[in-house]
Amino acid sequence: MRHLLSTAELTRQQALAILDTAEDMADVSGREIKKLPTLRGRTIVNLFFEDSTRTRISFEVAAKRLSADVINFSAKGSSVSKGESLKDTAQTLQAMGADGVVIRHPASGAPHTLAHAGWIDAGVVNAGDGTHEHPTQALLDAFTIRRRLHGAGSRGRDLDGVAVTIVGDILHSRVARSNIWLLALLGAKVRLVAPATLLPVGIGDWPVEAGFDLDAAVGERPDVLMMLRVQGERMHDAFFPGEREYSREWGLTDERLARLPASTMVMHPGPMNRGLEISAAAADSPASTVLDQVANGVSVRMSVLYHLLAGEES
Amino acid sequence: MTTLIKGTTLPNGSRADLAIEHGVFVDAAGVTADRTIDASGLIALPGLVDLHTHLREPGFEQSETVLTGTRAAAAGGYTAVFAMANTQPVQDTAGVVEQVQALGERAGYATVRPIGAVTVGLKGERLAEIGAMAASRAQVRVFSDDGMCVHDPLLMRRALEYVSTFGGVVAQHAQDPRLTEDAQMNEGVVSARLGLAGWPAVAEESIIARDVLLAEHVGARLHVCHVSTAGAVEVIRWAKARGIRVTAEATPHHLLLTEELAEGYDARFKVNPPLRTAEDVEALRAGLADGTIDIVATDHAPHPAEAKECAWGEAANGMVGLESALSVVHAAMVDTGLLGWADVARVMSRTPARIGGLRGYGDAFALGTPAHLALYDPAAHTTFSADSLHGRSTNSPYLGRELPGRVVHVFHGGVATVLDGELRPAEEVSR
Amino acid sequence: MAARILLQATDIQRALTRIAHEIVESNHGSSGLVLLGIPTRGVFLANRIGEVLEQIEPGSVAVGSLDVTMYRDDLTRHPTRLSNPTQIPPDGIDGKVVVLVDDVLMSGRTIRAALDALAAIGRPKAVRLAVLVDRGHRELPIRPDYVGKNVPSAATERISVRLQEIDAYEEVTIA
Repeated sequence: MRHLLSTAELTRQQALAILDTAEDMADVSGREIKKLPTLRGRTIVNLFFEDSTRTRISFEVAAKRLSADVINFSAKGSSVSKGESLKDTAQTLQAMGADGVVIRHPASGAPHTLAHAGWIDAGVVNAGDGTHEHPTQALLDAFTIRRRLHGAGSRGRDLDGVAVTIVGDILHSRVARSNIWLLALLGAKVRLVAPATLLPVGIGDWPVEAGFDLDAAVGERPDVLMMLRVQGERMHDAFFPGEREYSREWGLTDERLARLPASTMVMHPGPMNRGLEISAAAADSPASTVLDQVANGVSVRMSVLYHLLAGEES
Repeated sequence: MTTLIKGTTLPNGSRADLAIEHGVFVDAAGVTADRTIDASGLIALPGLVDLHTHLREPGFEQSETVLTGTRAAAAGGYTAVFAMANTQPVQDTAGVVEQVQALGERAGYATVRPIGAVTVGLKGERLAEIGAMAASRAQVRVFSDDGMCVHDPLLMRRALEYVSTFGGVVAQHAQDPRLTEDAQMNEGVVSARLGLAGWPAVAEESIIARDVLLAEHVGARLHVCHVSTAGAVEVIRWAKARGIRVTAEATPHHLLLTEELAEGYDARFKVNPPLRTAEDVEALRAGLADGTIDIVATDHAPHPAEAKECAWGEAANGMVGLESALSVVHAAMVDTGLLGWADVARVMSRTPARIGGLRGYGDAFALGTPAHLALYDPAAHTTFSADSLHGRSTNSPYLGRELPGRVVHVFHGGVATVLDGELRPAEEVSR
Repeated sequence: MAARILLQATDIQRALTRIAHEIVESNHGSSGLVLLGIPTRGVFLANRIGEVLEQIEPGSVAVGSLDVTMYRDDLTRHPTRLSNPTQIPPDGIDGKVVVLVDDVLMSGRTIRAALDALAAIGRPKAVRLAVLVDRGHRELPIRPDYVGKNVPSAATERISVRLQEIDAYEEVTIA
């Protein structure tokens, strides 16, 4: 695998290989010496054109646990913010000998352009591009679901028949898109719930069922309820009237939490707007996998970096 | 210099000889030629007229100049181009339009007719000095804020009325700005998957529907730029049936290319209005064939490499199209049996000239008329490449693509601008 | 070129039984022993040796696995390898006598990687090596403590180990 740009491009075999290797990476994180020599001598650049401390740190920890050298390149205060183009930045990285580039960018497709324009030889990992995809988030979400369901027996297993309901701003969510392709690939049944203004036009051929009613979706007793972050500012573009109505209709309130089976996982990619799309009680309940998701993020990202950079195709 | 063109095929299919002397067509019989061109196998078309070109000068000379843009035009068989007003400074005064016209005259490759802005600075607030531009040496008759939509309904009404005062026409770039804020590509199945903000068809159709009704109400002419959707074709068909004086253009790229090309995020395919669906392409072709769409216009939009070699969201909208236009129309309309060569002459020369008020293109090859002529080899095949481009910019969606036909010789007012597929040098062509 | 059988099923089991007794003898009993099989087939061999030790001294032996994929020195020369689980027994390896178990010993690089992997997990009192087949051609100064069979071989020859846990039949062949 040369690049990881989207989950839509993964085969089932590739997805399972990444998840299974992540199991072994998770073991390393449980040891006293949390380090492997596997990517020693490799240089990985975190190229973040959008602010994101959490994801960037997750990738940095992952790279360092594999003994790679890490260079952080964030947009603020760098030549990028002074108008240096993606192409020029890429050519600088190439000249510096970067082996892998982890890129987060506000424009959908920027990682694809970086990977295919012929500017660099490095492997490219998409850490989130515009509203397009965030493949490592989907992979860590799938890993989390698998672990919660099968524990130590997770290796080699897919998510056949697991019912996952994703709620919130699907239209603007790269996490939603990546999750939809990956969950469907692994055999899960995906349902979307959102107001019509936040569902894209043209999802007729997506492998999902879509609806507007969260109470009905809760009544179906899904195995996983994935809440997406909604930006309150969207109300100014008339996507919904305001936070109060959004929360009432599509928020995971205490009342809805009580109606969910105890076994339902409550997931959230973070950062959470407590009180808007998810109540504080729901966020902190035993059903919540939010902290697992963060921990698993490092293991999954170690696995991704390994698959991209360790073998001969890199 | 007397030129004899032997054995060419006219648009109606008959074989003929043509002769050019002192800049006009003369009787070929008994002419003593200084230069003889063997044109057997070549189709003679009246010089093509582009009602929608961006020459970028003044202000954006790094993308194109009047000289380089008209060279590109000549290479594509064009002998006249209407230059859009979104220059810097904007073509909203007599001074700027006269300057652009003069640059075109000096270059000599094609007749340049500047288009005047509808509003000052294209800001959509106040009418520009339309009367002054109409009366200037540039004799402007086509007015457009292209790039921007005249979206305020009252202002559009006033513009239609005021421009008709001077015998002109408003050419509207139909795009409701509120429905297309930061839009990147056609709104639909592909945009949903790619996570690119959508540009819905209704944002074009709703403006056209409003404008044709306004034009009807005030009894003015209206021209619709770069029609791109099936729904827009329907609206225009309806309007014409009611007797509304609306004309419409389609670009070559909207007759051939579809939105799936965005899937590689290659910004050479980013354009406004965006590439649409296969159904839209079908409807546009049918509309051009049945006369609902009156003409082909290139919307030649040069951009420097750095405006395209970047992430899609940061890239500029637009494609160059003068050199490829005839070949693309050949592929999309002639090879599919929808148009014959006489129709091509109509939609790419005679009708655009009529809409723009350009004289000398009424009666093709009539004796005594200016010798604007393009000789085209329909049997040739080329792989379109950067060598096929003659302007300053290379943002063409056809690079690497097989296209039919080849422009071989072009005469602008009797002066050869292209011979044997090569542009003539500037010193030779310049006036 | 037909494959020559080096060990049949009964030979394999006898070799493992003998290795188990040698381990007990040199360790003066089986307390403090941890067997770690190197995946894939080393794990099955370690389990079998552990079963024999269990009969000699019940309840004394800990058996697990040690995956060395991430420590290999030849990762970039091959397509990406999938890793296998590492299962260290609950009492760990600190102060224990670890016996690494693998099927074939050749260059010694796998064992070098295993030593690095062990170092990241803990500090054994000693590390020993048990292999079913030693075929020579060492590239590093590594030597086995317990060997099922020494097989002088040409570097171009292939030695195949088949175990019924994974291959449905048992034999060791050279071709």
